[in-house]
Amino acid sequence: MDRIKGVELSGAQIVVRCLQEEGVEYVFGYPGGAVLFIYDELFKQDKVRHVLVRHEQGAAHAADGYSRSSRKVGVCLVTSGPGVTNAVTGIATAYMDSIPMVVLTGQVPTHAIGQDAFQECDAVGSTRPCVKHNFLVKDVKDLAATIKKAFYLAQSGRPGPVLVDIPKDITTQSCEFQYPETVALRSYNPVKKGHAGQIKKAVQLLLEAQRPMVYTGGGVVLSNAAPQLRALVQQLGLPCTNTLMGLGAYPGNDRQFLGMLGMHGTYQANMAMQHCDVLLAIGARFDDRVIGNPEHFAQNPRKIVHIDIDPSSISKRVKVDVPIVGNIPDVLDDVLKLLQDRKPLDIQPWWKQIEAWRSRDCLRFDRASKIIKPQYVLEKLYEVTGGEAIVTSDVGQHQMWAAQFYKFSEPRRWINSGGLGTMGFGLPAAMGAQLANPGATVACVTGESSIQMCLQELSTCKQYRLPIKIVNLNNKYMGMVRQWQQFFHGNRYSESYMDALPDFVKLAEGYGHRGVLIDKPADVEPALREAFARKDELVFMDFLTDQTENVYPMIPGGKGITEMILSEEL
Amino acid sequence: MRHIISILVENEAGALSRISNMFSARGYNIESLTVAPTEDASMSRMTVVTVGSEDVIEQITKQLNKLVEVVKVVDLSEAEHIEREMMLIKVRAGAKEREDMKRMADIFRGRIIDVSDNTYTIELTGDGRKLDAFIQALDQGAIIETVRTGASGIGRGNRVLRV
Repeated sequence: MDRIKGVELSGAQIVVRCLQEEGVEYVFGYPGGAVLFIYDELFKQDKVRHVLVRHEQGAAHAADGYSRSSRKVGVCLVTSGPGVTNAVTGIATAYMDSIPMVVLTGQVPTHAIGQDAFQECDAVGSTRPCVKHNFLVKDVKDLAATIKKAFYLAQSGRPGPVLVDIPKDITTQSCEFQYPETVALRSYNPVKKGHAGQIKKAVQLLLEAQRPMVYTGGGVVLSNAAPQLRALVQQLGLPCTNTLMGLGAYPGNDRQFLGMLGMHGTYQANMAMQHCDVLLAIGARFDDRVIGNPEHFAQNPRKIVHIDIDPSSISKRVKVDVPIVGNIPDVLDDVLKLLQDRKPLDIQPWWKQIEAWRSRDCLRFDRASKIIKPQYVLEKLYEVTGGEAIVTSDVGQHQMWAAQFYKFSEPRRWINSGGLGTMGFGLPAAMGAQLANPGATVACVTGESSIQMCLQELSTCKQYRLPIKIVNLNNKYMGMVRQWQQFFHGNRYSESYMDALPDFVKLAEGYGHRGVLIDKPADVEPALREAFARKDELVFMDFLTDQTENVYPMIPGGKGITEMILSEEL
Repeated sequence: MRHIISILVENEAGALSRISNMFSARGYNIESLTVAPTEDASMSRMTVVTVGSEDVIEQITKQLNKLVEVVKVVDLSEAEHIEREMMLIKVRAGAKEREDMKRMADIFRGRIIDVSDNTYTIELTGDGRKLDAFIQALDQGAIIETVRTGASGIGRGNRVLRV
């Protein structure tokens, strides 16, 4: 990249130059008083393209979806005060799922900070608990180095969002611009290689295992370690499960894949987690939605190997025997080297047991139903898109069904808010994913409640001609809330019914898109086929689905991983 | 168990709140916290006294290390160390109590650093238990005001914390 040395630039010009130097394609944002000079500079160039969202939450989610689907850093730009507070939900969403993002926020001029100025909000203070790191730039001379640090921190080590707060007067002051080539921080040195002795121990354990199990999370996707994971699992003939965040790391339709584990994981995956003798956990964190009650999980003795870039994820909820801190691809490369040309493990009895668990067919549903079953829609979505779509989702029942029924064959195709569980994530995340992958098929699986939380972004989709396919599973309920109320609150459906829903077809049309209502099972597949054939259009498919359908299996909150409620009616 | 943790941290605005925020956000205890610059002006040293099981303390040190501005963390209680805290205590010292109060301060190796007609201000240094003992030893009605710095600590001998 060309570099102008010794040229005086304004702070606003520096911001844009830094983004260019970082090779940023898209900035998702919304202008306002404190960032006017930055927007003025964006206007004067065409390297960095700006995507105008309709609400700052959408900007953060779009940058997030862009990053998840592309391996690149997502960037968003918002103004001070409400611009920042609106973005906080999106920043916290990215933080919980370790998504590399740089958030540039405008701030009132330095002399006005602390004066309760118009649109003033302590951005650094309010986002501190939900960013990897944040900065307030107090001197224009620090601006370029700070932005460089932000990009470095966001994508190195355990990734995460980094916020840079820029007071308005800093954007008008000028100084000599020079973009630093490298960053050195004495207080921040993420490890790469894992400890050789520990890796040896781990391999030894695996080779001696009678009932091995591989459990992997979002870390494998984020660190692009899917090839190494697949090589390891296939070479040794191991059973493998992925968390909600880890889907796609191992092919969803492979025989060695046991499906997702956890609260709504498959019977076979959860049983194998509990009954294995050696558990290899990679880039996962044994959270409450995955292993349920940790005491119950600890009842069965097993040796646990845990590979993670973040030492604080190790032995947080579950004590492990062989911790390995390191970058997953590097660690797995070392593991594979030690394995050389080892043959698959001789673990036939274990596989027999797993197949017996699998034969319970825990995901079956009523195929003869006259009302559309949500599972059926997702099964058809998988078929119609040939398993090749990038699928984003919101949060709730539809998210779990998508995770269960769409068999992701590649990483970075399943994009959802796993940690924070943010309703409203799906549509803006799909925008980011579509921009990062022009020409790719992008579907947003959502529900009538979630979609209304960031509905305004339908307008952004029109402006940038984003041909997203919205699969709205409309059961007129906040389905997951309703399910919990049915199971644990005596069928008292307190405030979970969505009355006075809009006519989604007209609504889509109002935004200039195509809308379709589907209310019969026989129409599901044709409607999907027709929608996905429309390559240049956003199609909003409103599927009226069974209001009483529940997600099975289910581990009730606080229960053990094998204490699953299974579907009874079949 | 009680642990005393020393932290070297970049001397930047917000570093203190990042650390205290981590403790409150994750529900960890802070019994005391002290912070001041070191001989290297770019760094501050912080001492946190906290209480928790071994698992909790392990998480605390990991979470501290994870903060970008934290340069180094040491759990001083893992090995031999020295711990000191300073207290300024203002006590009633009218004609009647003056003698006794002076003697009590001497016993605890405290120094009287301010005197008025009816008060003494005593400076006392030691580990936390010694300061507690001094407060216990006084007639509670005699105490007008106390201020304690919180503990700071250092490893014994060759055990050092520096970059």
